[in-house]
Amino acid sequence: MSQVEIWQDQYRVRAQGLPGATLPWLVTLRERAMERFVAMGWPTRRKEDWHHTSLAFLEGQTFKVPMRGAAPPEESLMGRLREGGAGHWLVFVNGWFNAALSQIGSLPEGATVDTMPQALIGHAERVEAHYGSAEDGGSPAALNAALATDGAYVHLARGVAVEAPIHLVFIATIAEGASHVRNLVIAEDGAEATLVEHYLGTSATATLTNAVTRIHAGADSRITHLKLQQEAEQALHLASIDTQQGRGSVFNSHSLSFGARLARNDITTRFAGEHCETLFNGMYHVDGKRHVDHHTVIDHALPHGVSREYYRGILDGSARGVFSGRIKVAPGAVKSDAMQRADSLLLSRQAEADARPELEIYAADVKCAHGATVGQIDDDSLFYLRARGMDEAHARNLLTYAFAAEALARIGVAPLRNRARAALLARLPGGHLLEELTS
Amino acid sequence: MNAATKNIDSFLDREYSAGFVTDLESDSLPKGLSEATVRAISAKKHEPAFMLEWRLEAYRHWLTMTPPHWAQVGFPAIDFQDIVYYAAPKQKKDGPRSLDEVDPELLRTYEKLGVPLHERARLAGVVAVDAVFDSVSVGTTFQKQLAEKGIIFCSFSEAVREHPDLVRQYLGSVVPPGDNFYAALNSAVFSDGSFVYIPKGVRCPMELSTYFRINAQDTGQFERTLIIADEGAHVSYLEGCTAPMRDENQLHAAVVELVALKDARIKYSTVQNWYPGDKDGKGGIYNFVTKRGDCRGDRSHISWTQVETGSAITWKYPSVVLRGDDSVGEFYSVALTNNRQQADTGSKMTHMGRNTRSTIISKGISAGHGSNTFRGLVKVTPKAENARNYTQCDSLLIGEQCAAHTFPTIEAGNPSARVEHEATTSRIGEDQLFYAMQRGLSAEDAVSMIVSGFCKEVFKELPMEFAVEAQNLLGVSLEGSIG
Repeated sequence: MSQVEIWQDQYRVRAQGLPGATLPWLVTLRERAMERFVAMGWPTRRKEDWHHTSLAFLEGQTFKVPMRGAAPPEESLMGRLREGGAGHWLVFVNGWFNAALSQIGSLPEGATVDTMPQALIGHAERVEAHYGSAEDGGSPAALNAALATDGAYVHLARGVAVEAPIHLVFIATIAEGASHVRNLVIAEDGAEATLVEHYLGTSATATLTNAVTRIHAGADSRITHLKLQQEAEQALHLASIDTQQGRGSVFNSHSLSFGARLARNDITTRFAGEHCETLFNGMYHVDGKRHVDHHTVIDHALPHGVSREYYRGILDGSARGVFSGRIKVAPGAVKSDAMQRADSLLLSRQAEADARPELEIYAADVKCAHGATVGQIDDDSLFYLRARGMDEAHARNLLTYAFAAEALARIGVAPLRNRARAALLARLPGGHLLEELTS
Repeated sequence: MNAATKNIDSFLDREYSAGFVTDLESDSLPKGLSEATVRAISAKKHEPAFMLEWRLEAYRHWLTMTPPHWAQVGFPAIDFQDIVYYAAPKQKKDGPRSLDEVDPELLRTYEKLGVPLHERARLAGVVAVDAVFDSVSVGTTFQKQLAEKGIIFCSFSEAVREHPDLVRQYLGSVVPPGDNFYAALNSAVFSDGSFVYIPKGVRCPMELSTYFRINAQDTGQFERTLIIADEGAHVSYLEGCTAPMRDENQLHAAVVELVALKDARIKYSTVQNWYPGDKDGKGGIYNFVTKRGDCRGDRSHISWTQVETGSAITWKYPSVVLRGDDSVGEFYSVALTNNRQQADTGSKMTHMGRNTRSTIISKGISAGHGSNTFRGLVKVTPKAENARNYTQCDSLLIGEQCAAHTFPTIEAGNPSARVEHEATTSRIGEDQLFYAMQRGLSAEDAVSMIVSGFCKEVFKELPMEFAVEAQNLLGVSLEGSIG
């Protein structure tokens, strides 16, 4: 069976059982999205956007959308994950909400945190208005639109601020399991929230995560989004985060990627109002044969927008890191101010780093700059540390940590920063030694 | 609109000065492209069999290809059957033996363009010139003096006849016939161009130069330049281009191949001033060019410098393949687009040898409705130890409707590589203008000065003769652009 046929088959079997299967608009959208996926198939390297990332290994690989409740993870996992941290926790296992593992604390009035199937019953109109269309994104996003089983729904009424982070945890436990999750965040004017998407897996064989998160940040709202990708070694992780920003809103995106065999993140934001601000902060550390790809787009569609983007990649083993960042400035978007940096550190002979920082500018009165570097650990710095009695391996790890630490420092919310730091240290050889040294 | 803006506007409205047509009878093939066209071109040039075979192979390959669409440029599809693939000024019998026999009308054309074709123009500066008019080379100066040092500088047709072994050895070795759509087309139908061979250890005593001119209507110009610098040889080469003003678009698809052997050094400078079309984007040249240098030997050095002010559409990426150890590749570019001009240009540096270095400096200026794109690739292959690249591309925006894009790609496959890329985009600052004008400069001079300053890093790479021309051209091309 070809890849397209596999998914057509899955769609035939599962469509009736998907949430909201009685809503005509959603059925039409799914049909159309499936047609679109069938027409396009998985992206190939011939597509400009996928030039550095190949999904060819998917040929011959089958995935199944698992049943609800199949193969739950051991309960201790959540305890370890939470580490006693505050916040609201929604846990999804193989693409399905798991109530037993989840815990939503008390929320202020006007804040709703729920699952997508529940939202499709209770807030169908609002979901419909923000769900997105079958035409959004590439073919993985189309497949998601057709097959999304579950996901989180967050709605914040005007001026509502949720202080504790809202954690969305996605766990893949089943061999050849495919999780299609779709999250929707709607923040009305002036609302504030911090969201964490945490992806992990326990299956030693291939799994597929195909996630879409859509964020509507109303005027003057402040949204911080942290994504932590720690999937298992054989996982294929495809995800997109699409944000629309209203006037004067602030959107901070942090993306940390450590796991999966292949991870592709499409992160975009569009300034739908004037005076928007955004920070895109990313860091990845991968080794082995892993491949991590970030595609970001910051669309200065309207005047007076400010964007800052910083990505740092560390590649070890025969890993490959791809960064493509596009800054668009639309005609008339005067006084746009955009700055982008992408730096990669190569730790081994077989590693590869590809960078494509792009500026696409259609307005004159703007200030835009980007920079990209690729290099290895600086010999002088290494010498300096060794002269102070540190052995080479340890010195290298410390310098690697220092390279990544800049990205950590940009995560303003302390508990999240610590979580990100712990995830990085867990990746570094001798991380526990660094722990004392850098805390 | 304030006074300064108005001044700048009028400044940007100046016209294309090389846009005249020379009334010459020409000997040309009918429109259209087929295997017969390729054979006819080869026959007209009395080429040996291997050349015809080579062309036909390229033509057959071209038939299987589709035009590329990835560039940030827009234009209606080209009808390749509506182009004249060969046009030569009609010659007396077997063509001129020396420059004295060249049609005086033709010589006057070059005089008008300021190209010192006649050897008495020696006084005008020591530059040997090969002039290409439509499809054929009309005269090469200083051949004798160069020959004394063993340097071959002649038209491509002559090289095919006189030095077939060299041509056979190097032609297509840098840009293979099937490299890309337009290179394949060029390989099939190229009519002339320049050929340079600098023997071992020889430093070329003068600048070599080619002057290209499209004159006839509906013609495409497909020239081919091949420069070989043997071990330890040095050469500096200049290229200039103009065309008459016409309402139709004309295609120019050239291929330039540079080969630098051990310790050789090639410097290739271009001032491209093809007719850019009128204010509303009518007419102009489609300049789709493949330029590539091959640093084949250790410690070889290839440097591209270009000033691109003309053409309706420019689409070219002078590149260097850094094969030899310790070889160096450089690319310095100023690209200016005004009115409706579109440029998608940049460079590709492929690091293969050890300790290879490359530099890319690109300055894009967009005015009016112009669209200017920098597209680059720096590739470090796994075996390229200690590769270094520094890339800087800056865009200057003048006016509200223009566009400037930067699309660089870095592919680093060796941990010892150090690759740096920096880009900025900004407009001409009102405060800069104000500052200059407050000191008594006119708006025109102020803009001119700011733009010159912006391009300085590139201009200083140009040979003297060209630097002056480039600066003037930039002034002319910018006329009418500030808003």
